[in-house]
Amino acid sequence: MQASLSATDIACRRGDRLLLRGLSLDLGPGDVLQVSGANGTGKSSLLRILAGLLTPYAGQVHRVGAIGLLDEKPALDEHLPLGKALDFWSAIDGRTNPHRPADLADLMDVPVRFLSTGQRKRAALARLDAQRPKIWLLDEPLNGLDRDAIVNVGAMVDVHRRAKGICVLASHQPFPMDDIQVLDLAEYAP
Amino acid sequence: MSSTFTTLLARDLRNLLTGAHGAGAALPLLFFLSIAMLYPFAVGPNPTMLAKTGGGVVWIAALLAAILPLDGLISRDLEMGFFDQFKLRGMSEEWVMSARLLAHWLSFGPLLILACFPASALLALEQETVRLLVLGLLAGTPGLAAMGIIIAALTASLRSGAALAGLLLIPLALPILIFGAGALGRNDPATLGFVGAISLLLVAIAPFAAGASIRAAREG
Repeated sequence: MQASLSATDIACRRGDRLLLRGLSLDLGPGDVLQVSGANGTGKSSLLRILAGLLTPYAGQVHRVGAIGLLDEKPALDEHLPLGKALDFWSAIDGRTNPHRPADLADLMDVPVRFLSTGQRKRAALARLDAQRPKIWLLDEPLNGLDRDAIVNVGAMVDVHRRAKGICVLASHQPFPMDDIQVLDLAEYAP
Repeated sequence: MSSTFTTLLARDLRNLLTGAHGAGAALPLLFFLSIAMLYPFAVGPNPTMLAKTGGGVVWIAALLAAILPLDGLISRDLEMGFFDQFKLRGMSEEWVMSARLLAHWLSFGPLLILACFPASALLALEQETVRLLVLGLLAGTPGLAAMGIIIAALTASLRSGAALAGLLLIPLALPILIFGAGALGRNDPATLGFVGAISLLLVAIAPFAAGASIRAAREG
C-alpha cells in the first residue's frame, strides 16, 4: 500500500492559546515537507498531532503507513552502551540484523549518557532508520549536528524519499535538499 | 506480540533491578532490613514484647520499602520519550504498563518476602507469625506494586512527583496494612483473603489507570 499523510483543517491549542488554525496538507509517496516558523508557533505540536500523539483542537489527520518520530527525546537507555540501547528497539521492531550507520561504529560501546547532543541526535536517527517506517516526522533534525552530519541527514532523507517514503520535518534552518515543499506556519496563525 | 512483551519485561526488569531507573532492588531491601534491625534497639530487647509487636513492624517496613522504587519508575521513560515511541509502534499503554507492573513487583516483592526470614529472626518472631507474614506479603505486595504503578504514572509529569508519590501511597495502602497485619493479631489466615482480594482488584485496574495517566500526561 502506498503511504499517505493528510490533514484537514487542523487547529491546535496549547493551554488557553490557539497556536494555529485552518491548516490542511496532503502528502503522498516521495513528498518531503519542511514546516518552518518562529519558535513557539507550533511546529512541534503540529508534528505530534500528525503522529497521533496529540489530539488536535479541531480537524482530522489520516495516515496510511507506519509513523516514525524523531524529536528532542532520543528514547535510548542512558546507562546502556549505544549498541545495546539500539538493540532494544531492533528487538521491538522485529529487525534481526539492523543497519547501523558507519559514523556511529566507534560509539557503539559508549554509554548513551556520555554522548554529546549531536551524537544523541545521530543515534536517534539510526533508531528511526532501523525502524523503517513509511512516514518520517523529524522535529529539528539538524539541531546540534556538525556540517558533515547535516549533509548525512539530507542524504538519509533523500534515500527515504526515493523509497517512496514521506517526510515532514520541522526546522528553522535551511534543509540541505532540493525540491522540498515548504509550509510556513505564520500563515496559519490565528 | 508475546515476544514484544518479553522484550519489554526484560528491559524493565534490568532497569529496575540495577537501579538505572531509580532506587534499584538492593536499596528497598536494605531499608526493610534496617527497620527490622533498628526496632529492637528502640524498644528494647525484651523477646515477648518483640514477638508481640514485631509482625506489625515488618508490615510497616514492607510498606515503606515499597515507596522507594517509585522514583523514576515511570517518569524516567516519560522524559526520554519511550512511551511516545511505543505508541507509534501500535503498542497500547495498557500493554506497556502490564509489563512494567510485573517487572516492578518482581524487582521488590520476592526479595522482601525472602528478607522476612532474617527480619523475623532479628525480631524473635514465632514460627506461626512468620508463616502469616510470608503469606500476607505474598498476597499484599502485588497490590502495593499495582498502587505504586498507578501513583507513579499519575505523578510522572509533576516536578516533585517522587515525593508526592510516596505520600500518596501511604493512605492508599492502609487497607492492605490493616488486613495484612490484622491477620497476625487475630492469628487468622482467613483475613489474608481480603488482602489477596484487594491486590487482585488493584492489579486488574492498574494497567488501565496507569495507561490513562500516560495518555493524559501526553496531552498536558
